[in-house]
Amino acid sequence: MNEPRNVQFVSTDSPPKTSARLVDDFTPTLVDVGAHNLCPGCGEPIAIRSVMEAIEELRLEQKTISIFGIGCYTAFSNNLDIEVLQALHGRAPSVATGVKRARPETTVVTIQGDGDMVNEGLQELLHSAARGENITCVMLNNGVFGETGGHMTATTVIGQRTKTSLAGRDPVAHGRPILLADLVARLDGTAYVARCAVNSAGNVAKTKKVLLRAIDTQREEAGFSLVEILTMCPTGWFVETNEAPDYLSDNLAAVHAGGVLKDVRKGIGGIS
Amino acid sequence: MVGPTGPKVGPSEPRVGTSEEPRRLLEGSAAIGEAMIGAGCRFFAGYPMTPFTEVLEHMARRLPEVGGVCMNAESELEAVGMAWGAAATGTPAATGSTGQGLSLMQESLAEITLARLPLVVLNMARAQGDYWQATRGGGHGDYRHIVLAPVDVAEAVELTYLAFGLAAEWRNPVLLFGDYYLAHTARSVVTPRIDRSTSPAPDWALTGSSGGTGAAKLLSFLGSAKQRDDVGYDLSVHYAACAEHTARMLECVTPIVDTGFTEDAEVVVIAFGTPGAYVRAAVRSLREHGVAAGWVRPVTLVPFPARQIAEAVGNARVVAVYENNTGQMVDDVRLAVLGSVRVEFIGGLSLDSSGFGIAPDLDVDVIRRRILSVADISMELQS
Repeated sequence: MNEPRNVQFVSTDSPPKTSARLVDDFTPTLVDVGAHNLCPGCGEPIAIRSVMEAIEELRLEQKTISIFGIGCYTAFSNNLDIEVLQALHGRAPSVATGVKRARPETTVVTIQGDGDMVNEGLQELLHSAARGENITCVMLNNGVFGETGGHMTATTVIGQRTKTSLAGRDPVAHGRPILLADLVARLDGTAYVARCAVNSAGNVAKTKKVLLRAIDTQREEAGFSLVEILTMCPTGWFVETNEAPDYLSDNLAAVHAGGVLKDVRKGIGGIS
Repeated sequence: MVGPTGPKVGPSEPRVGTSEEPRRLLEGSAAIGEAMIGAGCRFFAGYPMTPFTEVLEHMARRLPEVGGVCMNAESELEAVGMAWGAAATGTPAATGSTGQGLSLMQESLAEITLARLPLVVLNMARAQGDYWQATRGGGHGDYRHIVLAPVDVAEAVELTYLAFGLAAEWRNPVLLFGDYYLAHTARSVVTPRIDRSTSPAPDWALTGSSGGTGAAKLLSFLGSAKQRDDVGYDLSVHYAACAEHTARMLECVTPIVDTGFTEDAEVVVIAFGTPGAYVRAAVRSLREHGVAAGWVRPVTLVPFPARQIAEAVGNARVVAVYENNTGQMVDDVRLAVLGSVRVEFIGGLSLDSSGFGIAPDLDVDVIRRRILSVADISMELQS
């Protein structure tokens, strides 16, 4: 990954070479419209669907206020059947704090990207976590600013080519990536921190499991929970759509390692 | 001679339980804090900065006692974000700061306005250099805030009630433009409690309960309703709706002014906030010397009382604008009179070494002499 690769820039204005095969209609009840205008192969709709399924399974749809950040995923603020409060880029944890403190009976979930949470809004996220705000923050981490067209973020891995690190992210020129979940897990105020991915059926199932646990942590008033979900961005990575899941495993997940980093209710993680 | 007429300031809704409230001697910061609580404010977030700090101190102590929440935010960015979240739940909310802190908040203040949320923002300014920031928006985009500028603690209390009323009525942020003097002078005030215990949350407010029905609510600066399609929001539609709302607000909110001796005034002096009190004293003194001077003090800076000013300067040879900056409101006064009379700036920076806005320039005798000079009147003044 340290060697710059000769990347083929692929067109994403046409369907992937391998056509999709409908196995079943998994559209959860809380998604009003299954169709979206995000790129083919994007992982964010799968992650959002998982969040909605978790809220539905916990029967919290009539108690939940979701706070959306700004990124490609913001499109879903338009067609989910849960309450949505749109926040500015980076500011969702503060807005969520205001909501939760004013209405402690609600379930508050932020949905943010890596650019939103780790670049623009790191301070807000860290302070909300350290305060132990009883909210759940979900980060969709694809290691690039997807909406602007594939630019380097704070989570871009070393060697990864973006439009603002053309020869690959270089530690001297660009600094090293922030491993957010690892950082947040070390804060005393956090109760549950996990990192997962949506690049395979097995990983999607694990993602759902950690989301259920994170939101349940909030329901039990145990404290701050963070779920970092690695998502595919073939457009921003400049790879073929069907290569993106493997690219995620080989590159993003090789640095941002998956797993439950902290679960205070089970005595896992934290500063010992 | 025509005497002064006080501003018509009053709460926008009937007060409940007013008779039992005692009159108390309070410093401005505490008086504004008590007025906010009286007006129903139950969420406050802030970051310390002079001369805003004491309001935050007061709210940190008092809000929990009345079942509210005060957050010690980690920065002004977060303070305004927290207030945004609380406001979205229908909780009467406020934040504030001074100069630099308000600059940090501007991105959110712009978008809170486009999300149509009520919020009261205390602008405890250092002198008056932030008039443009307060009245022009300060942030990006096409929006306006209502701006109220009290002359003293008693009026600040009245305007605080009005601010919460207007914010709720128009679903728009309202700024209260104060300063160091307002924060730190003490006055005897009454801060009656408006009982909101039985009032339901506004229908737009988020409670979490509208999900799973096909009609889950949205509060966003991108659109006023979910489109429930794969296309999403149309910003041109949303911004046009916001512009229409702003225009209606500016037309319907009655500008408030405090005027004195204007009917026969040859020179009319215009000032807002604390300097307005010094200008009133200067004009009264000049009247005792037989000078036909008058004053107009805009209490609402937005909407600006342009019509009232135009009427008040009907007989004037010259209009003098006194501000503790290098000349900002003077632009609005010139727009108000549209060239019908000469408008001169007679103010100036008034800052001590701390920069907090404590006044070498703010002096009744200095102001008297500048008024005479701009009106080409030479006379010996007794102090």
